Amino acid sequence: MATELMTSKSYISHHLTNLTFGNLPEGMTRYDGSTVADGGIWTFAHSSATVNEAAAMGFWAINVDTMFWSIGLGVLFLWLFRKVAVSATAGVPGNLQNFVESIIEFVEENVNSIFHHKNAIIAPLALTIFVWVFLMNLMDLVPVDWIPYIAQQMGIPYMKVVPSTDINATMGMALAVFALIIYYSIKMKGVGGFMAELSLQPLGKWLLPFNLFLEIVGLIAKPVSLALRLFGNMYAGEMVFILIALLPFWAQWVLSVPWAIFHILIITLQAFIFMVLTIVYLAMAHEEH
Amino acid sequence: MNINLTIIGQIIAFFFFVVFCMKYVWPPITAALEERKQKIAEGLDAADRAERDLRAAQEKAEADLQEGKEQSAAIIEQANKRASQIIDEAKEAANAEALRIKVAADAEIEQEVNRAKEDLRAQVAVLAIAGAEKILEATVDQAAHAKLVDKLAAEL
Repeated sequence: MATELMTSKSYISHHLTNLTFGNLPEGMTRYDGSTVADGGIWTFAHSSATVNEAAAMGFWAINVDTMFWSIGLGVLFLWLFRKVAVSATAGVPGNLQNFVESIIEFVEENVNSIFHHKNAIIAPLALTIFVWVFLMNLMDLVPVDWIPYIAQQMGIPYMKVVPSTDINATMGMALAVFALIIYYSIKMKGVGGFMAELSLQPLGKWLLPFNLFLEIVGLIAKPVSLALRLFGNMYAGEMVFILIALLPFWAQWVLSVPWAIFHILIITLQAFIFMVLTIVYLAMAHEEH
Repeated sequence: MNINLTIIGQIIAFFFFVVFCMKYVWPPITAALEERKQKIAEGLDAADRAERDLRAAQEKAEADLQEGKEQSAAIIEQANKRASQIIDEAKEAANAEALRIKVAADAEIEQEVNRAKEDLRAQVAVLAIAGAEKILEATVDQAAHAKLVDKLAAEL
């Protein structure tokens, strides 16, 4: 029972560990008991129950699997849409063009209903977010063991295929959106206008510090909630798949099939929410209060 | 689940994806959509116009047909009138001709009768003289009595 518990635990933590490449500091005891030589070592992080090498690498490390899958999926999205864009015809559209057009019209409709200013970046931004996040989430529906198993056979110790279960990916997007919020706030209202918006409401100039605190918390909550909502949903969903995968193989489908079907809704919804909130935040950045 | 360089990588990747999408994906597709919208609007317009034209043409055809019918009816009526007129004229001409012929025939007949009467008269004079000669058994001085006999013959 203890060993079974142990293997379950290591199975789960294995599936939740990114393939991290970075520099291990010298003198550190590695997962296999060896000690890192002088000058440190550039390597992939291995983790065991007692050693967390990825954490020891600090900020200057990179999650290779997250980068690989997210960029791969982004390129897939852009390749597919670019293919349609090149051959786009105003005549009778083919199946692929029809499909792409329906997505674009869906995004455009949402943007037009929320965002009432002229800004050429919003709609492509929303489209990129929606499709990219959707594709990253979609990796969740690939059975949890397939790709990590293949990777392990090829000698890659860890492989987390759903980039949106990595806080770096979701936080990266959220920070980019946050930068756009700040940029457009200042561009539309000027530095003074933006500062006034942060400090003179909701309670008037006599309570300026209080207003500032309130508004800054509200401002920072935007990217944080964007990133954590997506991350939390996908991480939890992935976790459930992993737990289901621990069941005897003949019983897994009873839970995994309904959960996967339900998850189709979640991954689409999360992509949609990320897109809509981005549009809303940017619309707010364009508006005078 | 550590925050590391990946976050920067993601921002850069995201930035490039958005720029690419904005430059090379979004404009061509929305342009195609817009163009199709225009085309459809034009097509619908054209269909409307065609329908209006068709209706106008139908009305015109109907009017033309009606006019044609009226015209042909008028022509037929005219022709009928003319035909009866011709028949009447022919009848009249025939009547006139018949009358003329009859008058001419009557005149000829009268002429013939007169001639016959003249002949008869002449012959009667000869016969009367011959008869008288027979009766008198004597030669009558023709020259003496011719005037008398002619007077007799004229009285016949």
